[in-house]
Amino acid sequence: MTAPDFEDLLRDLTPQVLGTLVRRHGRFEGCEDAVQEAVLAASVQWPEEGVPDNPRGWLVTVAARRLVDQIRRDHARRERETATTAAEVVPEEVPDTDDTLLLLFLCCHPSLTAASQTALTLRAVGGLTTAEIARAFLVPEATMAARISRAKQRIRAAGSSFALPEGAEREERLRVVLHVLYLIFNEGYTASSGSELHRADLAQEAIRLARMVHAQLPEDGEVTGLLSLMLLTHARRAARTTAAGDLVPLAEQDRSTWERDLLDEGTALAKAALAGPELGPYQLQAAIAATHADAATAEETDWAQVHALYLILERIAPNPMVTLNRAVALAERDGPKAGLALLATLDGDQRMAGHHRLLSVRAHLLERSGDRAGAYDHYRRAAKATASLAEQRFLEARARRLRAQ
Amino acid sequence: MKFLISLHINPAVLDALTDDEKAAIGAGHGKFIEALKSSGELIVTQALVDPSQAAVVTVRDGQPAVTDGPFLEAKEFLGGFYLVDCEDKERAIELAAQIPDAAIEGLGVEVRQVMFSDGHLEA
Repeated sequence: MTAPDFEDLLRDLTPQVLGTLVRRHGRFEGCEDAVQEAVLAASVQWPEEGVPDNPRGWLVTVAARRLVDQIRRDHARRERETATTAAEVVPEEVPDTDDTLLLLFLCCHPSLTAASQTALTLRAVGGLTTAEIARAFLVPEATMAARISRAKQRIRAAGSSFALPEGAEREERLRVVLHVLYLIFNEGYTASSGSELHRADLAQEAIRLARMVHAQLPEDGEVTGLLSLMLLTHARRAARTTAAGDLVPLAEQDRSTWERDLLDEGTALAKAALAGPELGPYQLQAAIAATHADAATAEETDWAQVHALYLILERIAPNPMVTLNRAVALAERDGPKAGLALLATLDGDQRMAGHHRLLSVRAHLLERSGDRAGAYDHYRRAAKATASLAEQRFLEARARRLRAQ
Repeated sequence: MKFLISLHINPAVLDALTDDEKAAIGAGHGKFIEALKSSGELIVTQALVDPSQAAVVTVRDGQPAVTDGPFLEAKEFLGGFYLVDCEDKERAIELAAQIPDAAIEGLGVEVRQVMFSDGHLEA
């Protein structure tokens, strides 16, 4: 095994081992320290002595010993010799269940803010260092360290049960987990602020975590839908920006640069997700993304299908953003006037007042309907309202183009 | 999401405060900073010297010139700021409301989202 293979193996095993320990002993923080020490021991010993037959059992055993040492040490309030040598390790037989899910449920605890849930998930399940997470979110390491430590305190204070929730609670908690993975992906895909449009590492990490959940719950349509949505979106990443970092809208993207294997995998998953008994928002968004993936050119897009899917999405998960996207599809199907009429229904919605997306979609539809002055005005207002530098440049360029014509 | 919470001070208003009131403001900021640090929301905070100490720099025809500041002809000046990373705009506003300046007539607390970040040097 080469060094990168060791790293991959340890990275995959770490959340499973941590999940197992947490399930048995509770004490999230203590378990985390113990698992980190066990992983460190493995990374020193395995390259020299070979990977044990049961690497997960080895890690669980070593980590459990460290944890017991730590508990004794805490009780005795004195330093103790805690050395554990590899020779003593007889890997225990751990049941062949993956405890990654349990760990994810814990990290995405409902008592935490989304910012804390994402940080803790990347730390404990993703195995990223605090410094790496801080860098991904462009904050100082001390800020991220404090956030993670506060999140652990909160989980402890909430008296969280360290068992997998069941029934309706499990469903609800799983939705939170999926939402957190979705947020991590989006953070990597479009920075909510800043000049960098892609932070690919976070997107890839989100895909890796979604794959882990999907491997555990292959029958769950929403899990499948989310993974599919991520893959289909990720496949287009190279086409989304020019070499200079400018945004390229879907209709103008060079579709030959879309990654075929990701599109194929995502499309197959979207189909599998739709075959299930119930439909959820991720499944529908995946189906919409798959419809776009299916069109060789923008002109060949099946807008009637896209519109129909948004209509269902709007019914099961009403949200002004969905209505906004449906207006785009409707305009493609029936012309800009129809799209503008649907947009008008959003004007009274407090959540959308002055929102840059509403302004920019209206600008686009006004331009297509021939109202150049109205389009110019709305592109300029949208450019002022957005918090994304790339989007601002794009909207200003659209406004300039109208003046130049 | 990153937000700059800027503190706009009016030196005349500050001068008119009693010593107790000034001490209460200082203590309030201290408490606020500690809470922000432990919640993992503070990126950095800085306070600036008196606006009378400002230098205004101009370059005309390639020649730099320096005049006494402040640049703005106003009663209120930028006195300092908090740069925070928090959940959303609602949370940033909630934080801004905890700053003692917000409760004093004539002092201004403003919240604006950050659009571009750089300067985090990699270790």
